[in-house]
Amino acid sequence: MSLLELEDVVVQFGGVTAVNHSSFSAEPGRITGLIGPNGAGKTTCFNVITGLQKPTSGTVRFAGRTVTSTPVHRRARRGMARTFQRLEAFGSLSVRDNVRVASEIHRGLAGAFRPSAGVDGFLERVGISEYADERADSVPTGVARLLELARCLASDPKLLLLDEPSSGLDEQETKSFGDLLVELAAEGRAVVMVEHDMALVMAVCERIHVLDFGVVIASGTPDVIRADPQVRAAYLGSSEETHR
Amino acid sequence: MSSLFAFTVLGLFTGAAYAIAASGLVLTYTTTRVFNIAHGAFGMVLAFTFWDLSVRQGMPQWAALLLVLFVIAPAIGLFVQRFVTRGLGEGPVSVALVVTVGLFVGLIGIAQYIWPPAPRTVTPFFPESGIDLGSVFVTAHQAITIVLSAVVALLLYLLLNRTRIGTAMRASVDNPELLKLFGGRPDTVAALSWAIGMSLAALAGIMLTPVIGLSYFDLTLLVINAYAAAMLGGLKSLPLTFAGAMGLGILQSYAVAYLPSQGHLAGIRAVVPALFLFVVIVAMPQAQLRVGQVKGIVSAPLPSARQAGGWGAGLLLLVAVLTQTLADADLLLVGTAATYAMVMLSLVLLTGYGGHVSLAQFTFAGVGALTYAKLDEPNLYGLLVAALVTGLVGALVALPVLRLTGLYLALATLAFAVLMDKMIFQADYAFGFNGTLPAERLSVLGQQIDSLGAYVMVMTVFLVLMGFGLLALRGGTIGRMLIAMRDSPSACGTLGLDMRWFRVGLFGLSAAMAGLAGGLFAGLRGTIGAADFQFFNSLPLLLLAVVFGVTSVTGATLGGVGLMLLPVLQSSRPEYAGLMFAVIGFGAVALGRDPNGLSNLLFMLGRKVKGWVESWVEPWLPWPRPPAPELENEGGDLHVAPRA
Repeated sequence: MSLLELEDVVVQFGGVTAVNHSSFSAEPGRITGLIGPNGAGKTTCFNVITGLQKPTSGTVRFAGRTVTSTPVHRRARRGMARTFQRLEAFGSLSVRDNVRVASEIHRGLAGAFRPSAGVDGFLERVGISEYADERADSVPTGVARLLELARCLASDPKLLLLDEPSSGLDEQETKSFGDLLVELAAEGRAVVMVEHDMALVMAVCERIHVLDFGVVIASGTPDVIRADPQVRAAYLGSSEETHR
Repeated sequence: MSSLFAFTVLGLFTGAAYAIAASGLVLTYTTTRVFNIAHGAFGMVLAFTFWDLSVRQGMPQWAALLLVLFVIAPAIGLFVQRFVTRGLGEGPVSVALVVTVGLFVGLIGIAQYIWPPAPRTVTPFFPESGIDLGSVFVTAHQAITIVLSAVVALLLYLLLNRTRIGTAMRASVDNPELLKLFGGRPDTVAALSWAIGMSLAALAGIMLTPVIGLSYFDLTLLVINAYAAAMLGGLKSLPLTFAGAMGLGILQSYAVAYLPSQGHLAGIRAVVPALFLFVVIVAMPQAQLRVGQVKGIVSAPLPSARQAGGWGAGLLLLVAVLTQTLADADLLLVGTAATYAMVMLSLVLLTGYGGHVSLAQFTFAGVGALTYAKLDEPNLYGLLVAALVTGLVGALVALPVLRLTGLYLALATLAFAVLMDKMIFQADYAFGFNGTLPAERLSVLGQQIDSLGAYVMVMTVFLVLMGFGLLALRGGTIGRMLIAMRDSPSACGTLGLDMRWFRVGLFGLSAAMAGLAGGLFAGLRGTIGAADFQFFNSLPLLLLAVVFGVTSVTGATLGGVGLMLLPVLQSSRPEYAGLMFAVIGFGAVALGRDPNGLSNLLFMLGRKVKGWVESWVEPWLPWPRPPAPELENEGGDLHVAPRA
């Protein structure tokens, strides 16, 4: 059974339809890719899933329960975590304190009274230990994105939503990031990733949904997506050649 | 029946003026996301300008009107948008609030300086004419105002719906960046809307002066009516804003006509707009968290325990020396400064750490003082109850706006402050109209504190303890969560933090701190009344807190001294009294973008001097200096100290 299901979701901003009757799902233990041109509605989908944006219509189900009108923090408590395309690191805290506060929030009242252990472990896991003592608004973008991932991990999520996680990373870093994603999925987490780096998407995702103008125009394995003429026309086009 | 009709006409007239003011407010807010608290203050200054031109300098009324509406007001609007409020809409809402409160206070100061208090006559337009509607006589001035509001509505509709720039204005409401991508110019849009907004503020002020007179405060506070109307339209919809303004005007008129002028309900007449504002805010739909708006701000350093202890002991020592040397009148000032510093500490928690703005911190101090005096338990227990009651009241104010964002919370505190000021504090069951209550000095653990010196010492101990408590809180889990919430509410939410209750708790704690200060202040003064806790005082308090640094205990302490000195300076040079408000207001406008304020300069200076002294002393030391510990931990650095 799917951990996350979006069913017939519509989001309208004034006269503009950002998401148009979209349905897709994500399974535990798998990495799901969400791709599409800029403005296709990918981030809006993430906002709908996490509750930052109320859908005009449609349903979001998570772990077997309908969460369409559940408040943001309660969805998080049920096991959702996300990163942001436009960074939302706690800029005036150190990198370590960013993760520490996430762990404290996750543990609720217990977090307020017992010191959190394992914070440095999360930093190490995403590979940013050397930045631990720096202010989060002074680190490079790539590091800040990994910091947001480390922050998510501190809440031990069932569903991990990553919004363009690899931008700002170099080739080598992207490769080890891909390995990390595979590891995280192997732990039984559902990973959903909005990403423009096609090489990364094709390498790690088991299933890909393609959005265009708010509509899911194709869903399937990387091979199916690569071969889909509609996708090639809308999005991949020549970039497929360059990224192979 | 005829009187009902007459009051309806009167209500429509004031409603029309509110509608004009409110539409200007909505226009500037929607296009630039800066909520201009000073909208009414600009209307006040421009109404004074109109009076100055037409009455004092004898310009024909119509010429003065055209000059003010179409030249002076738009010019001021362009200036303010270009040099004061530009870019504020993208920053934290607390900064925009502080800057516009700064304009508010500064403009009142300027007006008092240029036009010192004096009786002034204002003639309405066409004073002799009017329309006779059977039993009711509608003056020409009233009729013109009502017609003008309709004209304004029509012109705004045409501008927004039938012109290119109007389309751009509506687009920038939703997404200014998108507008830029599509070739629109958000800066032009912002400049135009501020120019128009300012003209509308001027028009509203000018139309209202014949009725309410040329008063610095009454005209400025009229903006609360405009806020209330604008809120009904969700700060977006102009038709709803007009409807809200008219409804409020009529409601207010009926309240004056039909509510009793004696007894418990008498106070309601003065607070109809504030009540209206409160009700509308409470009824607003759930706000959605904004993504990608707030950036981390540079925070003042967190001192080490040793540093904090050292400075605390130093302050106690200083006050101990002062109690031995100063006369009682001056000691009273020291105690007052300690009170203000404690109230400012409550703002350090709320604004400096939490990123929320309260415009009612003095009112909370008043609640504490009232509780302490009424309870008549002059001991630690009484003080504790005063703090708890105030905390509860603070939580109750924040509770209805749980679902909303910082701007609405700040406006709710404003409505609350006005409500308390005009209705509750002056009621018989509180201080009474122009009345005072006696308050005994506190006794600590059975020990009666008789002398003023000893009492001031006790107050200073409370101040220092409060500062320690705040620093301990900041260094711990709660402090981290507060900073996290200030930096990115969206991230906090998606990490699972229920910010609504956290915010209520924060607000309650901050109010409790102010209430404790109020209780101590009551004991210091011996008698206290409503006049000690007037609503307006909360504004210079907020501004001075920001000017001296609302992110640090040092800033609050210095700010307390500054606020205490303000009336002292004003009474020694009364001719400059208004100018001092202007300095504070515009100082806050200049410094508002950096909430660390002046105390941060001190920290930097301190570090510089320290490094300088060390490098100078070192060659003479017989042993090598130990390697410097991490600078961040030693204070003086801008960065948050990393904890080992």
